[in-house]
Amino acid sequence: MSVPGSWYLILAAILFSMGVIGVLVRRNVIVMFMCIEMMLNAVNLTFVTFARMLNDIGGQVLVFFVLVVAAAEVVVGLGIVVSIFRRRVGATADDLHILKG
Amino acid sequence: MIYGAISIAGIAKPDLITFLAAALLVVGGAFGVIIFRNPVHSALSLITTMFGIAVLFIEQQAQFLAAVQIIVYAGAIVVLFLFVIMLLGVDRKEAFKAETLKAQRPLALAVGIIALGEVLLLARTTWATGAKSSNAPVGNSYDNVTVIARAVFSTYLLPFEATAVLLVIAVISGVYLAKRVQLGADVERDPGTANLRDNEVIER
Repeated sequence: MSVPGSWYLILAAILFSMGVIGVLVRRNVIVMFMCIEMMLNAVNLTFVTFARMLNDIGGQVLVFFVLVVAAAEVVVGLGIVVSIFRRRVGATADDLHILKG
Repeated sequence: MIYGAISIAGIAKPDLITFLAAALLVVGGAFGVIIFRNPVHSALSLITTMFGIAVLFIEQQAQFLAAVQIIVYAGAIVVLFLFVIMLLGVDRKEAFKAETLKAQRPLALAVGIIALGEVLLLARTTWATGAKSSNAPVGNSYDNVTVIARAVFSTYLLPFEATAVLLVIAVISGVYLAKRVQLGADVERDPGTANLRDNEVIER
């Protein structure tokens, strides 16, 4: 018998929460992005686990789409980060308070 | 029997050991991403997490996704992170002690733990039927690529085309955003001007 699906789901939940904590704790924009990637990965693991538990390939196909969207998101996000850093030297989210009234 | 309670008895040893090792990789890597002060170390730690996830994918008969996970995440996305870190020269350490927002860290920890508790609580209630799919079986581990390809190019053809469009948009926007801005030469990355001057006109 292989490892039950609930173990994978618990692991994915733990990984997701660590991503949440990382986004909230860190102030470096790039590391915050990495934590978002971690959350996406946790969801991917959930999808694959459900694909196995329910014997449906749709879960794996969805992971494929999530990967594409994650890649696009990273490209745009890092482009924004680069263009911000062109104009400012600060490396943290606290330095980006231009919008503060 | 997949819906098992938490008991080690009855699980094949190789499966169990693989799962535990991969889970250790995943959680350790995630911990490292949060803890390391140098962004480069965080990125390398992220690769560890991705690798553990790929192992878990193989454990669950998703061989194609495991390969894609390694190629796209470890090979492309993390390298992109590293490129940006190197390009911007922000690989200096973050001031960890300075807490600009009051009680940010304990509150963040509390929110994270609450989120975990919520997810686990939701998992205990039965909000999914748990019925097996009848029209798109996963298949055995030998024809994983075939099954995925058949699904992607028949049932999910339109979303697949949409992702192609999305990637083209992402490429164009990436090129546009990373283009060098025509600023006055004196402002460009001058460490002395931490703040933009007020009436600075930026043209692309």
